[in-house]
Amino acid sequence: MSLQSPLARALGKGSAGKGTGHWWTQRVTAVALVPLGLWFVFSLTSLPSYLYGDVAMWLRRPWNAVLLLALVLAMIWHSRLGIQVVLEDYVHGEGAKAAALVISTLLHMLLAVTLVFAIAKVALRAVV
Amino acid sequence: MRSRPLSPHLGVFKWIHTMVSSILHRITGIAQTVGVLLLAYWLMALASGPDAYARAAALLGSVPGRILMAGFLLAFVYHLCSGIRHLTWDAGYGLEKSEARKSFVLVLVATGVIFAALAMLVFFTPGRGAS
Repeated sequence: MSLQSPLARALGKGSAGKGTGHWWTQRVTAVALVPLGLWFVFSLTSLPSYLYGDVAMWLRRPWNAVLLLALVLAMIWHSRLGIQVVLEDYVHGEGAKAAALVISTLLHMLLAVTLVFAIAKVALRAVV
Repeated sequence: MRSRPLSPHLGVFKWIHTMVSSILHRITGIAQTVGVLLLAYWLMALASGPDAYARAAALLGSVPGRILMAGFLLAFVYHLCSGIRHLTWDAGYGLEKSEARKSFVLVLVATGVIFAALAMLVFFTPGRGAS
């Protein structure tokens, strides 16, 4: 038997409390991704070439590195939330659903670490 | 009791624009998660040095690679335009059925125009190739 009142059980779910956290975070990251995504695409299309030197030189500019970090982190956060909804809709069975969500979360974390490392390594390398 | 189709169920509903745009938004979203994996591959190659980068660039710059890149670009542009449509709905605008139909057409037109312009810049400008 639960000692929680029905009200306490309802709080934090649905439209109350943290229940809107997922929805809000998805929207806030979406709003951030509009300018960041446009910047990324137009920035890449204005590169003189996609050869190693030109791309590395582009990423060594501090603002490019900062904006790219912001983009990939917002994108991975947004992706984590979006994939969560897809898994919740299409993976049936509580065990399989929980496992899928844990795997998705861990893969997204690994992806974030990988991208931050790769960007930092190129951006922080001394220009010779 | 006979098992009945539960939502979301793609087999029993008539295909209408709101359903198509919703499914496309989801598919292009999933495609972009795969796109981030590819971005990680590209940037890790860049971080690993000129030789590793040249190998990745050759793979991504090949004909199948370019077709794949064009597909990701199209998914990005659609998801961006459709996402802005979703944000206007969240702000409380354009929720009528007739407005939703118009905004879907607008999203398709904008996607086509922006994708064509970007594809021209990326794929058909001299000296922009990977090699």
